[in-house]
Formats: sequence, structure tokens, C-alpha cells
Amino acid sequence: MKMYIRSAASISAQKTFGDVPFLTDAVEYNDTRINAIEPDYRDYIDPKQVRRMSHVIKMGVAAAKECLKHAGIEMPGGIITGTAYGCLEDTITFLTRMIELEEEMLPPTAFIQSTHNTVAAQIALMLQCHQYNNTFVHKGVSFESALLDAMMLLNEQEADNILVGGIDEMTDVSFKILTRLGLYKRKPISNLSLFQTQSNGTIGGEGAAFFLLTDKSSANNLAELTGIKTFYKPKQQQDIEGNINDFLADNSLTIQDIDLIITGRNGDVKNDAVYNNLNNSLFKECSIANYKHLCGEYPTSIAFALWLASNMVKQGIVPDIVAEDVIKNQSPKKILIYNHYQNNYHSLMLISAC
Amino acid sequence: MSSSVYIAGVGVISAIGNNVAENLAAFELEKPGMAEITLIDTKLHGQVPVAEVKLNNEELAAMAGFSGQNSRTTLLSLIAAREALNDASIPDLSSLRSGFVSANTVGGMDKSEDFFIEFANDNNKGKLRYVFDHECGCMTETVADELGLTDYMATISTACSSSANAIFYGVRLIKNNILDVVVAGGADSLTKFTLNGFNTLMILDKERCKPFDENREGLNLGEGAGYIVLVSDKVAKTLIKSPYCKLSGYNNSNDAYHQTASSPDGTGSYMAMTGALAKSGLQPSDIDYINLHGTGTPNNDSAEGTAVKRLFEPDYPPMSSTKSFTGHTLGASGGVEAVFSVLAIKYGLIYPNLRFKTQMNELPFAPETRFLKDQRIKNVLSNSFGFGGNCTSLIFSAT
Repeated sequence: MKMYIRSAASISAQKTFGDVPFLTDAVEYNDTRINAIEPDYRDYIDPKQVRRMSHVIKMGVAAAKECLKHAGIEMPGGIITGTAYGCLEDTITFLTRMIELEEEMLPPTAFIQSTHNTVAAQIALMLQCHQYNNTFVHKGVSFESALLDAMMLLNEQEADNILVGGIDEMTDVSFKILTRLGLYKRKPISNLSLFQTQSNGTIGGEGAAFFLLTDKSSANNLAELTGIKTFYKPKQQQDIEGNINDFLADNSLTIQDIDLIITGRNGDVKNDAVYNNLNNSLFKECSIANYKHLCGEYPTSIAFALWLASNMVKQGIVPDIVAEDVIKNQSPKKILIYNHYQNNYHSLMLISAC
Repeated sequence: MSSSVYIAGVGVISAIGNNVAENLAAFELEKPGMAEITLIDTKLHGQVPVAEVKLNNEELAAMAGFSGQNSRTTLLSLIAAREALNDASIPDLSSLRSGFVSANTVGGMDKSEDFFIEFANDNNKGKLRYVFDHECGCMTETVADELGLTDYMATISTACSSSANAIFYGVRLIKNNILDVVVAGGADSLTKFTLNGFNTLMILDKERCKPFDENREGLNLGEGAGYIVLVSDKVAKTLIKSPYCKLSGYNNSNDAYHQTASSPDGTGSYMAMTGALAKSGLQPSDIDYINLHGTGTPNNDSAEGTAVKRLFEPDYPPMSSTKSFTGHTLGASGGVEAVFSVLAIKYGLIYPNLRFKTQMNELPFAPETRFLKDQRIKNVLSNSFGFGGNCTSLIFSAT
């Protein structure tokens, strides 16, 4: 069975949403946190509902609807989301009010919208979609599990046109806590020079990217999602290389067959050491692209990378802003995405031109 | 693709017992787990009963043999998952592809609440050790590490149907030849956050809940964890003791009606039950017992009951809500009730629906109120429905 990406839509800190040129005009920020550029949600959601919805719900629902619009599909055969943090804004609102109001006279709305499945549920509600509906919430592999679930549904012939999304929001509170936990840089930095200064920490980000998956080939498909694999806590560099080689071999490929590798480099010295080692070994002869300077670091950021890769193979373009060095093949047909999350969760995706 | 998936082990901790044997004993004694709130500092103390696991965090940590200062959710999860894995005693487990698929809805909220009290006054205050593992995925990761189930792990959160979805995702991982063994289910601990959340929705019964009773007034919140060990055909043949049963049917459908309320005719519930029956190749008349979602809220029991009526009329199998014992364990409920469903098949049990007095006017049936032993139970339907319209039904079948 083959799995194809029919369409994709991404809301991110860059101009990626709607009818826009493909990353020709990168947005620069000088901060340790970059926020998504929000569309006019009234184009996608009833204005009365927009007011009640938190940031993550609006991003998710709008990206989902835009993705369906690109594919010309009104009703998906299933809705699956991946979100590590879920609905942080509503969770924090309810928690803060509970403390401040000492458990008295609490309004229920924030609680109702705080469950992790709210985005998938709101999409189902809006579309009146009664089909399969699931939400994965496992740190840096939340979106990967959502994709695997969709892949199994297609393989089981249970559904077609499955809508899969990766969504996470950054709030002031989560940014503060994650900064205190040491995830982000201590001083503002230009996102466009994130990889030039080697220091501790990265820049925080957020976004929503949705994909419509099918097992039917078509000239209109964006890309083929050829394979996906995750592995956990590799003990040493050789284990990482072994896993990448095994993944390629499972797909009857070697590293020489890969036109471009998108890595999860994020500007943090410790995080990037893994990629530096690979650049000196397995990836030595490969063309490399990066993406986290564009969308920031967050647990489901690989969904942004998948949006990027799908558009690159469809359009036959590698935007200058993502190139790490010389790109040998400016019209890549096979792209490997390799991302790791705090060196615990490692993810591989293989995207091919249709 | 079409191979069967068997249940080789079970583990549970709830307000009525810290392991499988204690839970079974409480059913036979008809002893529910609801009582006054003892473990949470809340203004709701004395106003609503809850079904707490009867051990504090230190006692749970000692029982789990765990030194970390983790969320109560993690401790409950580890205890029940380990019981299930030990029960299965799979030969040569380390040579097999094994995974852990666990559900929860609160994550480390019990600890985050402590953090936020200081943090709310000053964003530079609050002990980070209370909040660093807030994410739902942290519970799963810690337990998977402890049990050595790290070839694959996933966390699912679809409100009150979370664990049921975790179980059938685990089944599909085996059917798709990705794993050989999956420990699947879920855990949730009681928190001040959930207590207050459900209180604002005004669906907490001030007395012990009365599922499927005409005069039901709401649910009681509970906590706990329940896991089953799923194994492939091939692994089932190597087991020392024969498997309990198999998971023959499953379906996930969405009610698409309202973020928290069920549609009056129980569209999602009906679709989940019919979908699971179709998957198992069974007829409604083949079902010997229904473990109802049965929260005790006017809305759920009316919607679920209407869907049951539409599907089973005129011959209704025995049915009951074990939430009349354990309270509603939210993200754990699908796992806890999967364990009860498996045990119903193994020992021929039907659990009583406690405190039922008056049949609902709109329904032509009533739940079973007696504890029945030595029944012929071949197929059990277990329902889990949640916020966001997430409806999932599972069918367990004797081998």
C-alpha cells in the first residue's frame, strides 16, 4: 500500500497560509519566542464561535479547513490530531481562576475547551463528521503517532481521505515555565541567524499543519509519504546511524538515493551536536536543509517540516532560506526528514515526488 | 492482517481495590468506593463524594517500588500496568517487539496545581519539579521505561473514551504487524482541576451516583488505572496459561453534536456499538453483557440508553454500569472497564448496578442489580463515551 499527501496547510510564524509564494520572503524576529501569523479566522469559522475559541483551536480548525479546501474534499474519512501540550491557554485560564477565585463561581467554558481532543472534536463538530476521531498527546512523537494511525487505517481499508494534523500553541505561561526549565536562549536572537551563534537553548515556536492522506494515486497529490519511523533513547551515535540506514533499507534505499535531508537543527548546542556528528559521517555527502529557524521549536514542529517537504517535491523548489549549504539537486525527488526531540524521541519520514 | 489479538493479562487499581482480586471481592460484597474527599485540599470537601484510591502518594510509591516524586497519575499507571504484565508472564518478552499505549486526560495536573499557587503570585516562583512532567506523555514514558516497553509508546487523550481508544490502537499495532505485545489502557488521578471543572458543569451528584435510574442526578468522580496485555496469535501460542479472551470488535465514531453534551438520540453511541458489532461479525443477540458507559448524568444515560434501545430492541442482554462502584475514572475508565469485561468472560460474572431503584421512563429496560456468578458469558460489549463527541465501543469474546 502507498500513502499519498493530497493536500497540506500550515499556519506558522512564516507566511505559509493561504495563496502565498513558497517561502520567498522570510519573516525575521528578534526574540526567544516566535508566534504564528494568524489569518483572518472569520474566513474559516463563524465569527460568533471565533470569539469563544482559544488560539490553538482557531489555528487547528482553520488549518484543517484550508487543507480540505486545497483537496476539494468536504468530508474527511477520519480526523486525527497530534498535540503534546493540548489546549494550554484554556487549561491555564481555568487553573488560574480556580486559584484566584478560590474555587467559587468558576465559568465552565475554559474547562470544557481544555481537553486535549478539543481541536479534533471542533473540526468534527463543524464538519458534522461522525467518522474515526483520535488525538495523540505523546511529547515529541504526537504527530508521528497520528500519521501512523492514519497509515494503519488506510492499510486496513477502513477509511480514505484522512485528515491528520500537528498542533501546539505557545502561551505566556508555558513560555515562562519552559524558559525557566532552560529550553530557550537567555537573550533575544534573530531567528534568521539562529544557526550562526552556538549557545545553549533554542527559540520557542508554535503552529498548526494539516494533511489529507489517501492511498489513491493522482497527479494532483502533493507527495508520497513513503515511510515513517520513530526510535527512542539511542545509546550512541552508531545507534542513530543504524536506525537511519535500516529505515532507508526498509524502503529499498541507501543514503545516496536521498536528494535532500531536512534536519531538526534548532540552535541549541547540545541538540545540534547530534546533527553535527551526522554531517561528519552518514550525511557527509548530502544536501541539508533546516526549518526550525522559521517556525521555532515545539513538540509537533515536524508537521511543519512535512508541509515543507511536500511542497518542495511538488514544486521542485528548495527555498534559499532553508538551505544549510550548497544544495546539489534544486528539484529534489526524495527527501528524508530527521528530527529528534531532546535526544529521546527520534523521527524519520521519507517523502517522494509522485 | 486478519489475525486475532488475545488478552493475556489484566491489571487494575481503583477505589474498590488495589489489584484485580480486591476489585472482584468488592463486586461480590457489593461494596462501592465512594466516600468523602480525603486527598485533595478543596472547598468541595463535604459537598460531593468521590471514589479515591485508598492510598496516599507515599503508599502508592512504596507499592510501585518507585522512588521518584512523580504525579499520582504515573503511580497509578505503573501499579496497574505492572500487575497486567506480571499476570501475562510472557515467555521471552525481551525478544519480542513490545509497546506501551496508555491514555490519560489530567497528566501531572495534581502537581501542577501546587506549582501554580506560588507561580500565580510571582512567575519566577513555584518549584519546577512540580511542573516539569506535566504533559500527558510523561506518565506513559516513565511507566514504559520502568517496565521496559519502549520499542513503541503512545499516549492517547480523547476525554472519557481515551483508554478504549488506546486499547484498540494497541490491537491494530499488532494486526498491522508493527508489534507483538502491547500493554494498553490508561490512568487518571483525581485533581482539584477536574473536580472543579465537573462542578462548574453541574453534573456531580451530591450523593452516590445512580446510573440508569429515573432519578439519577449526576456522576461521582473517581480515579484509577486499568490495563490489558494484548498479544499476537503467535505469542498467544507460547503462553504458559491460556489467554483470557480476544478483542473481536471495536469502533470509534464521533457524535458531532456538542463539545460536552451527547445528542438526544445517542448518534455517536449507536454508531460505535453497531460499528464494533460489524467488526466482530456478531449480532446484537450474541452479546451476553453490556458494561455501560453509564456515568449517572441525565444526559449520558438518556443518550446511551436510547442508542441501546435502538440497537437491541426487543431482547436486551444484562447490562450494568460499574461506575456505581468505581465512580467515573475519566481517561482511565475504558481501561478499568476493559479489565472488568475480560474478567466477566473469564469467571462468568455480571456486575450489579448499585443503587438502582426506578426504571427510566423513556427506556423499556433496567440494569442488572444483582451480582451474578457462573453465567455463560461469551461476548461482552464495553462502552466509553466522552467530551468532544468521542464514542468508542469494544467487544471482548471468549476464545
